[in-house]
Amino acid sequence: MSALWVAIVAVTLASAAIKAAGPVLVGGRELPPQVNAVIALLAPALLAALVVTETFGEDGHLVLDERALGVGVVAVALALRAPVLLAVALAALVTALARLFG
Amino acid sequence: MRNEAGRGGGGYLAGARAGLPFALVVGAVAISFGVLARSLGWGVLAPIVFSVITFSASAQFAVAAVLGAGGGVFAAIAAAVLLNARFLPMGVAVAPFLKGGPLRRALEGQAVVDTSWALANRGGGRFDREYMIGATIPQAVAWIGGTALGVLGGDVVSDVERLGLDVIFPAFFLALLVVELRSGGKRAIVAAATAAALAAALVPFATPGVPVLAASCVAALLGLRGRSS
Repeated sequence: MSALWVAIVAVTLASAAIKAAGPVLVGGRELPPQVNAVIALLAPALLAALVVTETFGEDGHLVLDERALGVGVVAVALALRAPVLLAVALAALVTALARLFG
Repeated sequence: MRNEAGRGGGGYLAGARAGLPFALVVGAVAISFGVLARSLGWGVLAPIVFSVITFSASAQFAVAAVLGAGGGVFAAIAAAVLLNARFLPMGVAVAPFLKGGPLRRALEGQAVVDTSWALANRGGGRFDREYMIGATIPQAVAWIGGTALGVLGGDVVSDVERLGLDVIFPAFFLALLVVELRSGGKRAIVAAATAAALAAALVPFATPGVPVLAASCVAALLGLRGRSS
């Protein structure tokens, strides 16, 4: 088997196992309140971390580029109570324009 | 039954509808993956099989990046696994809302992808199972179809970045974070700010994937602090 197929099979199995772990180990049972308190904070923590890495992360560096402008547009649009899809579409548009003229 | 969101087929359909706009973006990204795989000489079958069985943009791009740069197979696997490690905390968060025995839960857990997971988040640690699975379906179809299109030479989207499509994901996550923080109270705001700062601090030092995983898990542990009741 070539290196590529080894990678494909291994990544598939590992990825499936990672996704299955939480549901199998945690699912269905009543958890202590401390654990629930931690789980409840996973969503805001994960979302915030994803925003930072996908806006400013680039090959192991922090960079300030057109993506930050687009994400800034979303922040302003949401502060003005724009619908989510409109805000996200505006972000893509502004980012594309900034790259075109930047 | 913990699952009060049992809205039957309506939940799946509403989720699928919510996932549709993202399916378009995912399709464009998938085409670029297919084009990249073709340029690396992966042939037709391998990239399509990869997308069918792995169904993970970040992991697949990581494998392409490492192997394409002449890296070893273990480095490629490690990079992909680290990137997908974020699905561990995401899976823990949705776990109470999935149905059935261990096998069925393991299968339902495969529906966790960033956008669907975020769309199905109902705040305060609650998730809508049907909505999440529904939202994943059009994105899976787009991911596999787009890969095939790209591999077979249908380079209809010349550059995802030129169209600003890459910014859609952080923009969308920020939008959902704002929704979450409006209802989540002070603890959620503190956790989000901590995770953001930690992730930024880790990016220059850690392998891709580690910042999100470490920052989110450490920040969520703030939930253990000062439970006064």
